Amino acid sequence: MNLHSIAAAIPEIYLTAAICLVLLFEAFVGARRPGATGTLTLLVLVIGAALTVVFADVTHRVVLFDGSYVADPLAFVLKLASFLSVAVALLYSRSYLQGRDILKGEYYVLALSALLGIFVLISANSLLTVYLGVELLALSVYAMVAFDRESGVAAEAAMKYFVLGAIASGMLLYGMSIIYGLTGTLNLDGIAVALNAPNNLGVILGLTFIVVAVSFKFGAVPFHMWLPDAYEGAPTCVTLFIGTAPKIAYFALALRLLTHGLGGATVDWTRMLTPIAVLTLVVGNLVAIVQSNIKRMLAYSTISHVGFILLGFIAGTASGYSAALYYTLVYVLMTLGTFGVVVLASRKGFEAERLEDYKGLYRRDPLLALAMAMLMFSTAGVPPFVGFWAKLRIIQALWETSHPWLVIIAVTMSVVGAFYYLRVIKLMYFDEASESAPETARSFGVRFALGLNAAAVLVLGVLPAPLLDLCSRVIH
Amino acid sequence: MHDHLLSLLIWLPIAAGVVVLLLGERNIAAGRWLSLAASFVALALCVPLWRDFNTHTAAYQFVQKAAWIPRFHAYYALGVDGISMPLVVLTALMTVPVLIAGWQVISKRPAQYYAAFLIMEGLMIGVFSATDALLFYFFWEAMLIPMFLIIGIWGGPRRVYATIKFFLYTFLGSVFMLAALIYMYVKAGSYSISAFQALPLTLTEQRWIFAAFLLAFAVKVPMWPVHTWLPDAHVEAPTGGSVILAAIMLKMGGYGFLRFSLPIVPDACRELDLLVITLSLIAVIYIGFVAIVQQDMKKLIAYSSIAHMGFVTLGAFLVYAIVKATASTQGAGMGMDGAMVQMISHGLISGALFLCVGVLYDRMHTRQIADYGGVINTMPVFAGFMVLFALANTGLPGTSGFVGEFLVILASFKASFWYAALAALTLILGASYTLWLVKRVVFGPVANDHVAKLNDINGREFLILGALALAVLLLGVWPEPLLKIMEPSIQHLVTQAAATKIPV
Repeated sequence: MNLHSIAAAIPEIYLTAAICLVLLFEAFVGARRPGATGTLTLLVLVIGAALTVVFADVTHRVVLFDGSYVADPLAFVLKLASFLSVAVALLYSRSYLQGRDILKGEYYVLALSALLGIFVLISANSLLTVYLGVELLALSVYAMVAFDRESGVAAEAAMKYFVLGAIASGMLLYGMSIIYGLTGTLNLDGIAVALNAPNNLGVILGLTFIVVAVSFKFGAVPFHMWLPDAYEGAPTCVTLFIGTAPKIAYFALALRLLTHGLGGATVDWTRMLTPIAVLTLVVGNLVAIVQSNIKRMLAYSTISHVGFILLGFIAGTASGYSAALYYTLVYVLMTLGTFGVVVLASRKGFEAERLEDYKGLYRRDPLLALAMAMLMFSTAGVPPFVGFWAKLRIIQALWETSHPWLVIIAVTMSVVGAFYYLRVIKLMYFDEASESAPETARSFGVRFALGLNAAAVLVLGVLPAPLLDLCSRVIH
Repeated sequence: MHDHLLSLLIWLPIAAGVVVLLLGERNIAAGRWLSLAASFVALALCVPLWRDFNTHTAAYQFVQKAAWIPRFHAYYALGVDGISMPLVVLTALMTVPVLIAGWQVISKRPAQYYAAFLIMEGLMIGVFSATDALLFYFFWEAMLIPMFLIIGIWGGPRRVYATIKFFLYTFLGSVFMLAALIYMYVKAGSYSISAFQALPLTLTEQRWIFAAFLLAFAVKVPMWPVHTWLPDAHVEAPTGGSVILAAIMLKMGGYGFLRFSLPIVPDACRELDLLVITLSLIAVIYIGFVAIVQQDMKKLIAYSSIAHMGFVTLGAFLVYAIVKATASTQGAGMGMDGAMVQMISHGLISGALFLCVGVLYDRMHTRQIADYGGVINTMPVFAGFMVLFALANTGLPGTSGFVGEFLVILASFKASFWYAALAALTLILGASYTLWLVKRVVFGPVANDHVAKLNDINGREFLILGALALAVLLLGVWPEPLLKIMEPSIQHLVTQAAATKIPV
């Protein structure tokens, strides 16, 4: 094995080395200069993205490390998206951490190790690699939720997240062990070959546990209970983090495990996912309506979007998976923006968490309000914003596979969803500001990034072809 | 230039709107003039559109086609025929008075007000000129955003309720249409509207698609019983918003029936035409009665709009009954002719009436009929205009209102005596609510001190009302050019609607 043969795995190798470097840097320099670690981390991410473009941009499927690691065009796209998502999330969180005196280097180390977990998941080609990625990501994220040591709410959220997450990991491991027992291999390619025959009850049993674990990780109903609590309890910048890049990883988890490894059982798992997806759509949208806390509302909105992503999987075709991929990427882009606005609207001692805190935001900060309005319309799926195309692709995939009832449920629920997104716009634009609301954060760089984020939602909405094309191209 | 004429008509107002938005509230003087200039340029661009329009073909003209999403066969495809071209012109025409009407009146965030209307104009022209169903839907939905903001920001006391109701109602209708469009794309492999029109569909498929279209277009028209958003939206919207709503946005429902329902699912339309005709007649008669008892001027005109739009849907769906009664497609297009003329005419008249109410509201800050009386004594010129538009609204011969209603009633006679008898009730009902409104507001002795202190309309108001009055009269005495433009397209539509698409 020479360097050339493992070039495709450079992003992970680099990231592991970078984590050690950032850890050391924090230990020796970080204490004296609080912001330096953050800057270094952003630099690490930029270099990482560049290295990924140079080494991991494969044109065909490359399997490494005795079949446990795979690099393909899909992995390349997902990794770049994760780099971008994590970089933007860290950029938005900096002033938030600073303002609350929790700007510690550990935050960045944890974020980087979560990113490594995401990468491992994206490139996983064996059950063990999958599990490694899931746990690396999950453990980093639990710690991030509890990052604000002083906050009891955050500790409670982290605890809930950890306990329920551990159960899900157990489920995943149990399901994997059954599949391993039946097929005698950990390799996903091997499992795919072994399961090509009609399936027995054992496979379905193992599959059930895996579907439960995947649903849990996505936050699909009825395994969603941890999500609103974790979103609400975590510091907002951590909510921003866990709401974005990990979703890319869980998309990869579902794709590698279900459609590739367990592809022979597609009929079975689509049958299992269908009620889950419908429940997710209905519960997510209906419960979001009654929320008064914006983080909780966005958490339920996330759940409803997960329902749409699952619908893409239910279609069970390449078109459906690429629709789910497109939806995931678009969702991440929009969520970065919306939580970015929540982060910017907050101040030390004033967390803009209640919906009322957004009253008259237009008067206080027109740019922030405009960005939020665009993001809300996009999330609701109204053209000319990108969220529209995500919904369109899912509906198209469902029609191609003749699922009329799912189409009807999906479009009806998107109308219900429009209501609570419109309410945010109503608060910002139609209501008068309350006297006590403080100034929003004014740091230029972050506002510029947020402006770009909102502009991207519009530009990708008017000219959707490149991203749609990319998502169709990387999934066969 | 003709290849890009429609693109210019769409994007020039939008670009101007964005510039006005960027200029901000501080440079509002420049912003105002820029908006006005842009709307006039758009109107001027309609001159070549009208002049160079070939009245001998039903094909799309001024076509432009560029790749948009090649992988999903969606094109940036534009073009107009005899049905859409007059509506494009109407849109450009009605935006000008709306901008002028807001000139001194809008003091809250005026730059955004102008920008919203300019962007609306571009999007609405986009709806009428898109020949690709996906592009059509893109404009159709995008248009909701500026209207949502217009009602929500510049509206009356219950504006939030009204605007959210408006948005959700229309959104609910349209998402099912989207589902239907995507279904047809999956079958036809193209989003082109012509491909949909040529696509064979079984009767079951047609029924479902018809239902989806009906939901989308009936909400927009609006037809009874999904009309309840309209009175709320009209009452709460600022004057300009009401004008655009009544004059253009309602027409999109009628346009949708003519462009999508009739040619794409003709067999379902044939089977279910009685449903649409019944709903239309209910709108004409029942809503006519509802209009009589209104206390609020805007609400009254809103209900009158619903009744008048009932004529549009009635005229459009009469075609099957006429074909059945006369056993030929010859002359079956009369109902559609009437529907089209009615749309244009109602756009002018209802727009003008809402502007009249706006004139009164700016002075008295009330829309209650009871607060007025004897306005003619203090505002004689205004009273002249108001009476003219009111008479046009009742369908007085010589005004545009007459042509449309007359054609539709004539067509319903061809179909069935009872349709005609019921539709003709509008002559009584329309006269009742409109003339009673005029009697209570305009005529009689001066009702109170506020009315006594009224000033007559200024030059700005005279200009816009005068121009609209001219258009109403011109279309009333000389509808020939409009009918000639529509002729080939309507004939083509009748053939499409009378054909069957069920695969054998």
